[in-house]
Amino acid sequence: MTFWQRNQLKFAPFYFLAPGLILFLIYVIYPIIDSIWVSFHEWNGMPKDTLKDDGTPKNWKWVGFGNYIVLFQDEDFYVAFFNNVRWLILSLLVIPLGLALALFLNQNFKGMRFIKSFFYFPFVINLVVVGLIFAWFYNPKYGLLGQAFSGLGLKPIPILSDEIYATYGIIFASFWPSIAYTMIIYITGLTGINREMIEAGRIDGASGFKMLWHIVLPQLKPATLIAVVITIVGALRSFDLIAIMTAGGPWGSTKVLAYKMYEEALFNFRMGYGAAVATILFLLMDIYIAYFLYNLYKNERGAK
Amino acid sequence: MFPTPIQKVSLKINITYKVLLIFTLILWLLPLLAVMMTSIRTTEDILKANYWTIPTEFAVIENYGTVFKLGNLAQYFFNSLVITLPTVLGTIILSSMTGYTLAVHRFKLNFLIFAMFIAGNFIPFQILMIPVRHLTINLGMYDTYWGLIIFHIAFQTGFCTFFLRNFIRELPFELIESARVDGATEWTIYRKIIIPLTFPAIAALAVLEFTFIWNDYFWCLILTQSEATKPITLGLQTLQGQFMSSWNIVSAGSVIAALPPVIMFFTMQKHFIQGLTFGAVKG
Amino acid sequence: MRILKYLVILSTIFASSISSAGTLVVNSNQSGESSEAAFNAYVAAFEAAHPDIDVQVNLTEHEAYKTAIRNFLVAEAPDVAIWFAGNRMKFFVDQDLFMDVSDVWADADLNNIMSSSKASLTVDGKQYGVPWGYYQWGVYYRKDIFDNLGLNVPQDWDEFKWVCAMLKKNGITPITIGTKYLWTAGGWFDYLNLRVNGYEHHMDLTAGKISYEDSSLDAVFDAWRELIDPGYFLEDHATYSWQEAQAPQINGEAAMYLIGNFYVPALESAGVVDKMDFFQFPPIVEGIGTFEDAPTDTMHIPSGAKNVEDAKKFLAFMSDPAAATNWAKMAGMLSPNSLADAPTDRFQKMGFAMLNAADGLAQFYDRDANPDMAKAGMEGFQEFMVKPDREGKIRARIEKERERIHGPL
Repeated sequence: MTFWQRNQLKFAPFYFLAPGLILFLIYVIYPIIDSIWVSFHEWNGMPKDTLKDDGTPKNWKWVGFGNYIVLFQDEDFYVAFFNNVRWLILSLLVIPLGLALALFLNQNFKGMRFIKSFFYFPFVINLVVVGLIFAWFYNPKYGLLGQAFSGLGLKPIPILSDEIYATYGIIFASFWPSIAYTMIIYITGLTGINREMIEAGRIDGASGFKMLWHIVLPQLKPATLIAVVITIVGALRSFDLIAIMTAGGPWGSTKVLAYKMYEEALFNFRMGYGAAVATILFLLMDIYIAYFLYNLYKNERGAK
Repeated sequence: MFPTPIQKVSLKINITYKVLLIFTLILWLLPLLAVMMTSIRTTEDILKANYWTIPTEFAVIENYGTVFKLGNLAQYFFNSLVITLPTVLGTIILSSMTGYTLAVHRFKLNFLIFAMFIAGNFIPFQILMIPVRHLTINLGMYDTYWGLIIFHIAFQTGFCTFFLRNFIRELPFELIESARVDGATEWTIYRKIIIPLTFPAIAALAVLEFTFIWNDYFWCLILTQSEATKPITLGLQTLQGQFMSSWNIVSAGSVIAALPPVIMFFTMQKHFIQGLTFGAVKG
Repeated sequence: MRILKYLVILSTIFASSISSAGTLVVNSNQSGESSEAAFNAYVAAFEAAHPDIDVQVNLTEHEAYKTAIRNFLVAEAPDVAIWFAGNRMKFFVDQDLFMDVSDVWADADLNNIMSSSKASLTVDGKQYGVPWGYYQWGVYYRKDIFDNLGLNVPQDWDEFKWVCAMLKKNGITPITIGTKYLWTAGGWFDYLNLRVNGYEHHMDLTAGKISYEDSSLDAVFDAWRELIDPGYFLEDHATYSWQEAQAPQINGEAAMYLIGNFYVPALESAGVVDKMDFFQFPPIVEGIGTFEDAPTDTMHIPSGAKNVEDAKKFLAFMSDPAAATNWAKMAGMLSPNSLADAPTDRFQKMGFAMLNAADGLAQFYDRDANPDMAKAGMEGFQEFMVKPDREGKIRARIEKERERIHGPL
């Protein structure tokens, strides 16, 4: 055997990992570290080396934990934080709903492929337009919801201008593309279900819910895992809809941490402060990630 | 097949199902229908807040015509393709490689690296804005296709690695073992066994990634500037004026822009069926 | 390969020996049909007058441009960039990102023909840009509704309140407004403060030199409450963008709108422009001069520009009355070039007269104040408009921001 043939298994991880890993390190890991570094400074985004007349940098100043201290005293921060919690909890509904839809569509007759494509559509439409349509839906004067209320003789609730209801209105709007997304994942998962196990189950007399719970769902575990990850990440990240439907309003009550970060960095040009918000968000996600990875690790350790 | 295949149930249930299907489809597509209705409304209707009524006049040709007349629509479309297709390809190749090795090979840092891919994927991507922009400029890739392509491949690798690694782990290890016994190198195993078997997952991933990159707006804003590189998401934004946004035209543009990902989904769907073969192997 | 290199070098030498020929890269935020066409007309006129210069326009959507400009001024600067006057311009001047163009002002005689806007383009005695358009703000109202109810244009604050009361009594929403994007609330604050406390106070306030809890502002918020408490503003205005708030007025359900002249094209599209008229925001405190918001759009030369010579010609071309007139007119704005043709449009004529007679022009709250200050302020104004009882808390919060940004007083 040649040197290569003898050792190729040993070397394999290196060359398989190298391209992806290197790119990831450069474009993701390094910027995260850089951002955390930025969060310890005050920075308005302009060149760091510009000097004032007295020789000190004009745009870049070390403040240690200064940004974090200000952040924890910022009312806005807590509003955003709790909105994130709402998004997180309610978004989980998307998973069973996506599964239900995937099961509903899991048939293979003529034209079904075509119909499935239509169910996918919401995910594909520009979020700006999605947000707009839902905002028009909620419009208390001219929107469908408002008119439904009036039709029933009730005073229309102006959902998006109410500091309590607005967030829920936006979360509801986000369900439309999100369910489409989880539906796709489950449709993929369903194609991989072991036919024989289903047949065996049927012979044993299992059907409907029992079949679902005992035979189908366990085989969908990988799909569910993906769906959960995507949903959580999406819920913590989303701000497109918030931006178009309420611009974070009314008076900031629908802001989430990602939106606040975006606003501070891109509109207020407080890069350091924005980086601090992002770092906090990242730490929060880390708690979830750590929990998630720990479970994954345990499962895999056990299985293998 | 779960639920019970439609071919095996009574006629009554069959028809009920189909009716329910159509009903659900319409309800589901209601917002989309609203978008399409908006795309054929006149500006006057929008100004009078006639969002949900039958259009007083139909402006199909005017609105869609305006979108096509958008000086550079063809250019934007082309740019979107040039950016999206290599990205999807590159991401799949790289992450199937990383996914394979993380799923199959045992080495010390395996789980740690896997954890890093997952963690890196969870971050709010806004945090990357300034550093990535600087990096792109310093590498001379600002306002080029490659700037966007390389960044997207790098960032999407996180999620895709996670996705494929889990999928590959579910594959029967015996196949790989027997191939190794036969003297196949890892690379051969990867090429001839893994890739074909993970095809349904790759197909799904390709569709998701295509949609995601095609609809990306934020990174195009950060990393491109000139008309020559702008993709369609940015291009459509120019229809939103400073003072008056022609939502009807923006809607028309969105409908057009949404077609490629949907076509992509439609064509890839039949590959999901290939998963049935996979199921047989597993048994 | 080498031959190619030599060819390129040769052609460059050849080209530059003929004339100061070149490409001029211009970054524009003039998105939207009419704005785009208006700017293209200016470009075409310029190219006609300077056949050796080829202008390349990079168009970015208006909002996206505000982010993009911070990127491109630092890396890959164009030769000319469109932007705004006031604090907006000053930010980049302080960063040494805009070039001093006082020479263009002198050579093209802009000091004379653009004297009214000179102040908003000046920092420390030097000019850093050239204005191309501005527009008036004021109250656009449904004349037909007023006529039906026998109402006259209010001449002072008491009359204004009385008109509102009459409208409300007859089932018409007196004032329409959409505060989703906040700046319309900023407009109201501007006018109330300009009419109650005057120009200098307002400039000091937006510059962060006056506390938002200062007693001088009590009268401003009180006056505002006189409109909020009886419910004269459109219900649920926080839901609507300024565009969505147009519908009630277009449909005849609301009478007045404090807004800028950019509103008119929408009125034309909706077919109601003949029913509309315009009046200047009424005085509130006697003796305070008439000061107006007149946000000015501008052109600048970035410090990193490559083709400075042609860029200066591009800016100087604003002295051409025909070009200046056309650009402003097609974009629905007024030209700051005093030699430009007097506007023919009914509203613009009124605006033109009003702004020329004004004692001072402000740039609008979010262009006169720092971005984060403006954000905090306008969010507070929006909340105040819906929950006026929270006045104390709101003003304290805005003041906290002001202190953080500008320092304690």
